Amino acid sequence: MINAVSKEIPEYIEGYGKVKPFEGAFKNINKAQKTKVSLNCKSSFDDKVIGSIEEVLKKCGLRDGMTLSFHHHLRNGDYVLNMVMKEVARLGVKDIKVAASSIFPIHEPLVELIKEGVVTGIYTNYMSGSVAQAVSLGYLKYPVIMHTHGGRARAIESGDLHIDIAFIASPSCDNYGNINGVEGRAACGSLGYAIPDAMYADRVVAITDNLLSYPLCPIEISQEYVDYVVKVEEIGDPKGIVSGTTRITKDPVGLKIAKLASKIIEESGLLKDGFSFQTGAGGTTLAVAAYVKEIMKRKNIKGSFAAGGITGYIVEMLEEGLFNCLFDVQCFDLKAVESYKNNRNHQGMSASMYGNPHNKGAVVNMLDVMILGATEIDTDFNVNVTTGSDGFIMGGSGGHSDTAAGAKLSIVTTQLIKGRLPIVVDKVTTVTTPGETIDALVTERGIAINPKRQDLIERLKGTNLPIMSIEELKSLAIKMTGVPKKYENNGKIVGVVEYRDGTVIDVIRQVQ
Amino acid sequence: MKLRRSMLFIPGNNPGMIQNAGVLGADSIILDLEDAVAVTEKDSARILVRNAIKTLDFYNSEIVVRINPLSTDFGFEDIKEIAKVKPHALLIPKSTTEDIKACDDILKRIEEYEGFENNHIKLFPLIETAYGLENVYNIIKASDRVEGVLLGAEDLTADLGIKRSREGEEIFYARCKVASACRAFRVDAIDTPFTDLNDYEGFVEDIKRAKSIGMTGKAAINPRQIDTIHDVFAPSKEEIEYAKRVMKAQEDAKREGKGVFSLDGKMVDAPIIQRADNILEKARLSGLL
Amino acid sequence: MEVKRIAKSGTFESNDIYIIVEPKGDEGIEINLESIVMKQFGEQIKKTIEDTVKSFKIKSIKITAKDRGALDYTIKSRVETAIKRAL
Repeated sequence: MINAVSKEIPEYIEGYGKVKPFEGAFKNINKAQKTKVSLNCKSSFDDKVIGSIEEVLKKCGLRDGMTLSFHHHLRNGDYVLNMVMKEVARLGVKDIKVAASSIFPIHEPLVELIKEGVVTGIYTNYMSGSVAQAVSLGYLKYPVIMHTHGGRARAIESGDLHIDIAFIASPSCDNYGNINGVEGRAACGSLGYAIPDAMYADRVVAITDNLLSYPLCPIEISQEYVDYVVKVEEIGDPKGIVSGTTRITKDPVGLKIAKLASKIIEESGLLKDGFSFQTGAGGTTLAVAAYVKEIMKRKNIKGSFAAGGITGYIVEMLEEGLFNCLFDVQCFDLKAVESYKNNRNHQGMSASMYGNPHNKGAVVNMLDVMILGATEIDTDFNVNVTTGSDGFIMGGSGGHSDTAAGAKLSIVTTQLIKGRLPIVVDKVTTVTTPGETIDALVTERGIAINPKRQDLIERLKGTNLPIMSIEELKSLAIKMTGVPKKYENNGKIVGVVEYRDGTVIDVIRQVQ
Repeated sequence: MKLRRSMLFIPGNNPGMIQNAGVLGADSIILDLEDAVAVTEKDSARILVRNAIKTLDFYNSEIVVRINPLSTDFGFEDIKEIAKVKPHALLIPKSTTEDIKACDDILKRIEEYEGFENNHIKLFPLIETAYGLENVYNIIKASDRVEGVLLGAEDLTADLGIKRSREGEEIFYARCKVASACRAFRVDAIDTPFTDLNDYEGFVEDIKRAKSIGMTGKAAINPRQIDTIHDVFAPSKEEIEYAKRVMKAQEDAKREGKGVFSLDGKMVDAPIIQRADNILEKARLSGLL
Repeated sequence: MEVKRIAKSGTFESNDIYIIVEPKGDEGIEINLESIVMKQFGEQIKKTIEDTVKSFKIKSIKITAKDRGALDYTIKSRVETAIKRAL
């Protein structure tokens, strides 16, 4: 069948099940139900601290076919996933599904477990490195299911993704299972992505290298959700967790793109008191924040909030009074961690509060402007951030689709060509985010506004911004690069890309 | 009138930078075959720059190529190879009167051979020796192709055996001399680049100083410098407002049949009107009107 | 024209291509290409290299190319430079 972004999708996918096709970004959001949670209650006779991972796996009743979940706040410094999965393999258990909110190069040991059949399924929102490569080459038994950050929360809360055991990497934890991320050598700040796992998994295990006496203060994930606590040597490598500083790009092309994007924001009519804003942590999107900051200061504009993964740069804007508050689902650098710990106006949010379409209103719905990236964007404004144009998985939505759907103005910023690859194409290799939720594309050689935003096109008419059609941008790129050979692929399905509402927006096929 | 506020140097052997040069917003781009290219790569850069000019779109930026000095083995090779693809102009390092005449002569022959229109390729002498500085008037006069002069303070101060400073007192004379000679021929006077990328305030002061002496534009060694240069060389709000009032007063006077008129108690004569006209034209080209 | 010796040009930086040309015993143009955009542009890059070689009327040459996403104008330039250096 053909879904609403004109992608051919099978009605049934082996290892996934019956397919609900994507029908449109706002077609499937009015009614939802949450699942029941079964729990083992504790009395005052029970002790939660367990001596080893092996022991806790046995206590949780680990068996073939279970789903184990992990969260990615420790990013490429995470030791917990590998540590747990090593024990799982040692116990001879097979057919495990790993539900990790993101998978990074450090998780390379998973590749062996995939080949051995210990791991047969993966649910994730973002995947890079050798695991992504192995999956692209068809080693995983069942297709990987790619969620969005908000979509993962939805899947967990609705019961679509049932977690048997959730492992919470805990920079600090007390002996009764209260957790925070702001203290300890692996401090990473907000633990927002782990919250749905903690609330809905059958069993919840805190893995910590900083076991403290009861009670911990402050508490981010509380004892009422946590079954067991295991102390280990190290939960992660601080160098891989947060960078010392996140920097604004010095690349002149990136700066040019950022400046153009900031001008659209200025002319959009949204940049006024109460303005709300989100960018990623990439150098170019941070540069947009820097230019927006200049405009806000010059015009004396006081914004309401900035959200998402938080960088030191956004923290500075909070401290300078340019925003009233921050919503933080993940800290990107030490300055953000520090601020999250100390500043009351820097508050955490769960993945569900951040972007779940099936709750009573997510933070993304309140966003004025979102700055996004793209690996490819097509002439229908559909964006791919999941696979490279060679078909290999190299990312995933993360919050891309959630924020694009929520924000009043979603701007994709990207170079028109990278290396020799044109970024604007006829059809993206994989649709991650539907074009109906993208309002503008900004490149160094021109800006395209989605024709459905006639109001914005009208608004920008009098300005000297280089606005053209997305087809014109595509021809500009092709003129420089030549026409890339189309990547035809009819191989087996190795991945299912779910939109935030759980419908299937695209599939990923095995790289030949 | 063509704005030439900024002239951005781009290394001639770096394809990544060359292919993006046109999006950076500089009025002119100088593709550099001289200092930015190692002696062993002169052939390579020359071919790359030639093909880049032939193929790439640099949008609204004019293309100038800095060739190697005519006193080296590379200079004439550069002209022969590059002139074929019709850049807007060549920038001639360590210029002397003789160099400019020699360039003029070769270009004339190439233009005839290739069937280009005569005097199509322009010249920018780079003044960076005491000898060149003292001869700047004659250097400009040496060819109709000269559209502007670029002052190179690093080499000049080295030649003079004096130190470069942040404030640039040592190049005050050179700036005055170049600015005045350029004005005499109505060509552009482009100031030396500011090299400390981390000293933003020093940079702004440096451009202002050059502008106040009569330099009409500035070379840039980093794309980040372009916007600042344009901002400083842009006519100020007050200048634009005053220019508008001059033009209006002139119209009023015409309508009332007055030959001579005054504004704010001051007599307005032809130079003032000319100046107001220039400012409005510049403001229009800079997108300020 | 004839390739007399080994010659190199270009760099390993992004948007550039590194070229090594060398004499080949028998007739023919042998091209060994590695590229970060092999799937999308491999054939076009080979054709550009071959066309440039032919424009110099060279019948026997071995070319090793390591491409880091160069556009055609760069590929042509680097091949031309290497050939001129090898004559």
